Order: sequence, then C-alpha cells, then structure tokens
Amino acid sequence: MHRLLDNRNVLGVLFMLPAGALLLVFLTYPLGLGTWLGFTDAKIGRPGEWIGAENFTYLFGDSVARLSLFNTFFYTIVASILKFALGLWLALLLNKNLPFKAFLRAIVLLPFIVPTALSAIAFWWMYDSQFSVISWTLTKMGVIDGYIDFLGEPWLARFSTIAANVWRGVPFVAITLLAGLQTVPPSLYEAASLDGATEWQKFWYVTLPMLTPIIAVVMTFSVLFTFTDFQLIYVLTRGGPLNATHLMATLSFQRAIPGGALGEGAALATSMVPFLLAAILFSYFGLQRRAWQQGGTDK
Amino acid sequence: MSNINRRNFLKLSAGIAAGTTLGAGAAYTPAALAQAGWGNQPEKGAKLRVLRWSRFVQGDIDQYMKNVQAFTAKYGIEVRVDNESWEDVRPKAAVAANTGAGPDIILGTNDDADLYPEKLLDVTDLANYLGKKYGGWYPAGEAYLRPNGKNWIGIPLGAAGSMIVYRESQVKAAGFDSFPKDTDTFLKMMQALKAKGTPGGFALGHATGDANTWCHWLVWAFGGKMVDKSGKVVLDSPETIKALEYSKELYATFIPGTLSWLDPSNNKVFLDGQISVTNNGISIYYAAKTSKDPKILAMAADINHASYPVGPAGTGIAFHLFLNQMIFKYTKYPKAAKEFIRFMMEEEQFGPWMQASIGYVAHPLAAYAKNPIWTVDPKHLQYRDAVKDLRPAGYDGKLGYASAGALADFIIVDMVAEAASGSKTPKEAAAAAQKRAERYYKV
Repeated sequence: MHRLLDNRNVLGVLFMLPAGALLLVFLTYPLGLGTWLGFTDAKIGRPGEWIGAENFTYLFGDSVARLSLFNTFFYTIVASILKFALGLWLALLLNKNLPFKAFLRAIVLLPFIVPTALSAIAFWWMYDSQFSVISWTLTKMGVIDGYIDFLGEPWLARFSTIAANVWRGVPFVAITLLAGLQTVPPSLYEAASLDGATEWQKFWYVTLPMLTPIIAVVMTFSVLFTFTDFQLIYVLTRGGPLNATHLMATLSFQRAIPGGALGEGAALATSMVPFLLAAILFSYFGLQRRAWQQGGTDK
Repeated sequence: MSNINRRNFLKLSAGIAAGTTLGAGAAYTPAALAQAGWGNQPEKGAKLRVLRWSRFVQGDIDQYMKNVQAFTAKYGIEVRVDNESWEDVRPKAAVAANTGAGPDIILGTNDDADLYPEKLLDVTDLANYLGKKYGGWYPAGEAYLRPNGKNWIGIPLGAAGSMIVYRESQVKAAGFDSFPKDTDTFLKMMQALKAKGTPGGFALGHATGDANTWCHWLVWAFGGKMVDKSGKVVLDSPETIKALEYSKELYATFIPGTLSWLDPSNNKVFLDGQISVTNNGISIYYAAKTSKDPKILAMAADINHASYPVGPAGTGIAFHLFLNQMIFKYTKYPKAAKEFIRFMMEEEQFGPWMQASIGYVAHPLAAYAKNPIWTVDPKHLQYRDAVKDLRPAGYDGKLGYASAGALADFIIVDMVAEAASGSKTPKEAAAAAQKRAERYYKV
C-alpha cells in the first residue's frame, strides 16, 4: 500500500480524481443528457423514446429553425467582427499614456460588469418604438420626423440587437487585448524604430503578430458568448419581429420550455455544438502560437 | 417571495381570529362541510408549498396572502408561497412534473395541466363539491382541466380577461358615441381615430399575453380556426385569409411600432396618452385608478372597456389567459393541498380576493358572477364573463402538447403580423402558418 502511494503515477491519478469527478458530474452529464434528449421525443412531463435523428431532419425542414440558424450566424459574425475591431482600437488607445489611465480603464469595463438583463432593459427603453431617447433626440434636432422602429422592422431589429451585443462585448475584448499589448517587449519597438519603421509598420509587423495568441483566445470566447447569446434577445424582442431576431438559443428555449417539446429544443441546442467546436478548432489551429514566436521558423 | 413561518403565523393568527366573524366560521365546521358533500381531513403536521405567478395588480397578492394566513390560522398548516413571473411558472412546473419534486401546489396558466395530466392529483371530488355549491363550472374550465370529460386534473382559478380598453373622449371625438359592436364599424372607427391623430394600437411582437389574445379573436371573428375537432389543421382557409386581409387594413390605422411590442408596451403607451384603443387586462385601468400622478388619475375617468367586436362569423369570442391550480401527485399531503384549494375557492376567501384585485382574475364558477365587484364600477363589467366566454387557443381540437406548442411558437401571432405588415400576402402568411401548425399536429 505504502509503495503504491509512493508511486507518482498512482498519486497523480488519485489527486486528479476529485477534479475528474466534478467535471463528470457538472459538465459531461448535463451535456450528455442534453445530447441524448435531442435524439428522443421527450416532452415536458413525459420521458422520451429514442427516435434517432428525426428531430434534426424535422428541424431542417422547419422554416423558423432555418431562419434562426441564419440569424445566429449573421449575429455572431457581424457582432464578432465589430467587437474585434472596436476592442482592438480601444485597447491601442488605452495602451497609450493617457491622463487618468487607471480610471479610464475601469470605466471601459462597466458595460461588461452590468448584468446583461439590466443593460438589456436599458436598451429596450432606448429602442422603444414610442419612448426611445434616440428617436426623441433626433426628432428634437429635426433630423427625423417619425420615431425609428428599432425593434419592429426585421433588418433594423437585427442590427439593433447586434449593436447592444457589441456594446456589451467590447470591454471584454479591449481589456484582454490591452493585457496582451502590455506583454509586448518595448525592445522590439525600439529595434523597429532603429530600422526606421513607421507607426503602421510597427503595428503590422510587431504588435499584431505578438498579439495573435491572445487574439485567438479572446475571439474564441467572444464568438462562443455571441453564438450562445440568450438574455439580450429574450429581453429585447423574444425573437420577434416575425422571428427576425430568433437565435438558436432563444428558439431552443421557446420550443423546449414554453412549447413543451424538450426533445426538439434539445436537438436545436445540440445542433449548435458542431458550430461551436468548429470555431474553437479554427482558433486553436489557425491562430495559436506559431513556431517563430519561440525563435523557430514556420514551416 | 413570501414566507410564513410559525412565528409569523402565531402573530397573524391573533389578528385574524379577531377579524373573523363567527357566522363565517360556523359555515366551515366539519359537520357543515360534510353536509355539503365535503369530508376531508388534512394530514397531521402537514406543510404546503405553493408556487404562483406574481401579481399583476397589488391588491391580488395582498388579499391572497391574507387568505393564506387565514387558512394557516384555521388548520395550523404552514403554507409557503413563492412568486414567479407568470411566464417562468411554466418551466418550473415542468421541472416539478419531470423530476417529481417541488411545490405541492402550482398555479399555472393555459394548457399547463394538459402537458402532464398523469402527474397531477385527481381532484374530481373537490371540483364536484365546488361546482355543486357555486352554480357549476364554466365550460372553459372543463376544456382545460377535465380533458377526458370525467376526471378533473386541476381546479380552475379563473382567467385574466383581455378586453378592449379605450379612451371614451377620443372615440367620441372620432364620431362614435359608443364602442363599435361589429368588425366593420370597428375598422371605420380605427380609421377615424387615426385621422384625428389619436390612433389605437395592438401588440404584434412576441407578446405572450396581449398579442396572442387579440390575434386569436381576429381569426375566430372571421370563422378561421387552428384545427377542427379531429385535430386536423385547417388554418389555411378562406376565412383566415379574410381575417388577414382585414388585419392589413386595421394595421394601417395603428400607431407605428406595434411589431416590436411586448406585453408591457401597450400599457406604457396607453398610460402615456399616446393611444386611444388597445386590448389588455384590467391592469391599465387599475394602474390609472390607483395612480398618484393626478394626470393619470384623471385619465381613469376617461378609460372604458368593451367586448371585442363581432365578426362575420357572428362571434366576438376571445382568448384570455386561463389560470389553474394543480396539485402534483408527489405531494406528501394531498388532503391538505385539496383543503387549501377548497378554502381559497370558497366565497369567503374568493370574493374578497376578486374584489381586492378589482376583477383582474375573473371567476370560473357561475355563482360568483353575482359578486359586487362586477357592478360596483360599471367599467368592471366587461371582464366579468372572461371565463364564461373563454375559448382555448387550441380551438377546436383537444388541448395538449400540440396546442401548447403551437401557442408558444406564436404561429397565429406571426401569421397576423406577417400579413398585417405586408411582409407576406395574406395567402402566403396563412399557408406558412398552416405548415408550421401541421408540424405540431403532425399529419
């Protein structure tokens, strides 16, 4: 027994057991259950029978489910690009020597700190078809005659929800990239200056390459958060108008819980997993640390 | 969340004992109850947990909790009441049904009970007792809670009526002395209101309560319906298309922005004086009447209610938010739970409760139509028959997964919104809705 406990391998397994058990109970089990439910015709209050891929073929033929797939992609892609661009820009600004640096950095984080449900309600008022402060200001300034129907017109509603999502997501990207920027050794910039590099060249050949690993991590998370967004849509539109802002997550909830079709809702949620995995793999293999960053050469 | 523990209960019971008249107390002696066909002995040491939707009007929860305290004082049974937003009750009830653990009693909505009838305690004896004593249940209660025509799987609580709410002065200014009784005149009035700069507005976003109620009325008023008696989807019909053509004309008279409206939107806009007509529960009137803002208080005098106009199908029948009371089979104290619901439904409790919520919840039992709340203010009257006239959304088929799913998926609302806004022609909208509905009623 003593000898066994002295064995490094045995000890290692032993020490990992609690963490393994936690992962199994809180991660693998719910995920597995959700996936399994997707292959059954489970309804609320009734356990399901195995029906194979029927839910998936059924969803594929459903115009609302297809629309939600399109919406989710549109929402994720547009919001992520905007978040990245604005986040990087903000990070570069904050990296400069500004007065009240610490204070400004704290303020930038605010949208991220406010609970989504709360900020969503604020946006709901701002986008309101009758009480919108944006419309009010613009009418008072004489720019428009009637109130803007932010959440009533399908495309406008898509962009309005994206704007709210970007507002909320930018700080996360900005602050993380800022942390990344501060790890770039100043000596590299000095060397670049000596070589006569312009500001743009410094950014393109020094900052960006040094930042790619952290960009990979931050954008993976950002894409995951955006792809699975729920609260914002639920508060702002409930998927309306005319299902134009239904994301897979909100539709999955609507079908599974108020609608009672647990199996179908689970199938819809499970359908998100491959896309999420693809996003993770892309960033892992596509943007991870390259050999040259460790002093080697890329093949 | 409200919690009644033993200490509170002791404090409260003293007050209630002082407040209870002897006469009312005497009606509840076991002997008197047995005579009325009710013999039920709650389990010793029983404790109950009730999950209900949170109030729409303050008077509701105040009086409900008073009644709960009276029950605790009388039977010595602790009752804990949890409140959740009404749309969150359904998932919680579903989890309770699935896992076999949770509150003993859940106050749910619409076809909740039809989703898991086998998980619910049979309450036929209680329904019979109450029905006999109070002039019988309205048919809607049976449609929802007596699915096989024999056994009751829950006790109706009532319905939050959705009626037309309008500004008398503005309707008059548009040239109408009384609110139109048929759809043709109604449209003319809406056009006149729009021309006067005082338009109406009805929710067309995913407003679970407001949009569903009026959109179902619209389809029914023209003779359309989701399914026939056999459960076959018949939504794509000439009648539905007529209703949708009408909706286009009606939508043209609305205040801009109704496509994005959720449940609270029309309340806000109405109380702000921006619209003259909408559909809602009595909560707009209640809010105006109890407002501390003199401007809004003055508006209360100008607010009136009306029934939905009658359409070519000869009916102005509407869909209202139906409310039920379910006891789950897993409860350790089925008798205490039944006793609780009986107690809450008896006139001595139910009457004051309806009054405190100024009729937000209309009664499911015929005898309660005599309650003075419906006549004390003539503006309450329209809400009196909400359950009596209620037609479930799954009309004309059986209620269950298909009807609940189709309602939750906003099939009718989306159809009306598509046609009204012109994003689809009425024909396309009806065809698309038919297709979506068929998925639920699997043909």
